Amino acid sequence: MANVNSTLYRFRRHRNQVAVGFAVAATVFGLSWLVLILGELLWKGFAGLSLSVFTEITPPPAAEGGLRNAIIGSLAMTVIAVVIGTPLGILAGTYMAEYGRYAKLSMVVRFINDILLSAPSIVVGLFVYEVMVAQMGHFSGWAGAVALAVLVVPVVVRTTEDMLTLVPDTLREAAASVGLPRSLMIQKVAYRAARAGMITGVLLAVARISGETAPLLFTALNNQFGNLDMNAPMASLPVVIFLFALSPYKEWQQLAWTGALLITIAVLALSIGARLLTAQRKTS
Amino acid sequence: MSSMAAITVPSVAKAPIDVEGLTEKISVRNLDFFYGDHRALKDINVSLHQGRVTAFIGPSGCGKSTLLRVLNRMYDLYPNQRATGDVNLDGENILSPHQDLNLLRAKVGMVFQKPTPFPMTIYENIAFGIRLYEKLPKSELEGRVQHALQRAALWEEVKDKLGANGLSLSGGQQQRLCIARTVAVRPEVILFDEPCSALDPISTAKIEELIDELKEDYTIAIVTHNMQQAARVSDFTAFMYLGELVEFGETTKIFTTPNDRRTQDYITGRFG
Repeated sequence: MANVNSTLYRFRRHRNQVAVGFAVAATVFGLSWLVLILGELLWKGFAGLSLSVFTEITPPPAAEGGLRNAIIGSLAMTVIAVVIGTPLGILAGTYMAEYGRYAKLSMVVRFINDILLSAPSIVVGLFVYEVMVAQMGHFSGWAGAVALAVLVVPVVVRTTEDMLTLVPDTLREAAASVGLPRSLMIQKVAYRAARAGMITGVLLAVARISGETAPLLFTALNNQFGNLDMNAPMASLPVVIFLFALSPYKEWQQLAWTGALLITIAVLALSIGARLLTAQRKTS
Repeated sequence: MSSMAAITVPSVAKAPIDVEGLTEKISVRNLDFFYGDHRALKDINVSLHQGRVTAFIGPSGCGKSTLLRVLNRMYDLYPNQRATGDVNLDGENILSPHQDLNLLRAKVGMVFQKPTPFPMTIYENIAFGIRLYEKLPKSELEGRVQHALQRAALWEEVKDKLGANGLSLSGGQQQRLCIARTVAVRPEVILFDEPCSALDPISTAKIEELIDELKEDYTIAIVTHNMQQAARVSDFTAFMYLGELVEFGETTKIFTTPNDRRTQDYITGRFG
């Protein structure tokens, strides 16, 4: 039995205490800012939360109003972006994980996808501005949805590929061993085994795009009227927050806080949903 | 020959087999197998007889699982793996590029080392494979599912929870579910790749009993690390070593009077 009070041991224990101290301090420092930000957001956001936020459209300067058009615009563009982006992402991810796992093309696609995943969203906005807005001659909800879809695709590609790669090969062999063709194996067995993870990927993509401002500034722009036409400029929560928060008007600033609160709650709900799905996958 | 008497073999009280009277279901001729440039199987020649169990034994890495995976061309799922030579199933060479792999695998079923139920209900695990090749009315399908589960000696344990997830069963039950799934598509040959290595002794005994019952209707090949198991369940045994088939013959003969020194050394536990 070694001497517990040896200098070496005491020195090591001391060093451990210092390291733990630093780690705790860093955590507290980081978390405290998060708590301050969230606290201020909740405080100021809830102050302006009322039914009129959902029923009235964005007001002219120095007047009362709501965020209805921005909420509808955000929902519409997000839904369309997911409808466009999810099938593309799932198909590409499926190709990489199932058909082209050993192919050169998969490596190239994976590399480009990773770049796209971390590309600044303002670049995506500029790109869609060039190919859609400039061609059509005006800003539109469609262009906004396409810009968001471009952000959805790489997230879904990545999670789909990762989740399908996690499906053990023994399961694929088992499916093949009863004479299942590969296409059916993917649909009936691999997708089923990876379903929770793949849905989580889509939810995370939605969480990511629901706060994006930059790509919408160049594409959907904004619309102060209750517009439901996707072919016209369209309001969205992030852009409205951006404009209203920078304005000198008290009412607009209040609406910006409330809008930020709504986005935060929506993203939080999505994250919790994603967590629940992942947990469900582990237990089943 | 005196050393032979010292071999400790589990009792292999089997009636001698009339080899002449057997039908050859699968015949492997001059089979070579490559993982990339690595030659994993060298000039294999072996026959699997209808209605009989053939065991493949040998130390890890000797190629016994590889050989099994050639028989249903499972290796085709992966790149850079290829087989040359002839593997005849009822006289047809299944290594031919024209062979339809899905039909082949429906005919040559496989049970794996680790139980691999599909992520669906117990009922669906079995009905799924049947529906691929047959369009049956619901009542008949239910009958087939029940029959398959009975063949796998699982029916009594699951008949009240057919809607439960296949993954909720115990390891031994899952393995029997996989056997039921394989039997359900009515194959002619069943390949067992170390089917008991992840199971407890009681489940192992059940699976061995099952193999014994199944051989009446199927041609069976089993890869196993457990020599007692090979001696218990098989009629013929093939000993493989370093990618070669060292010796092949009736199980009783291989376990009592092997011709090759290496077979004897392996069986008596001197290596492997």
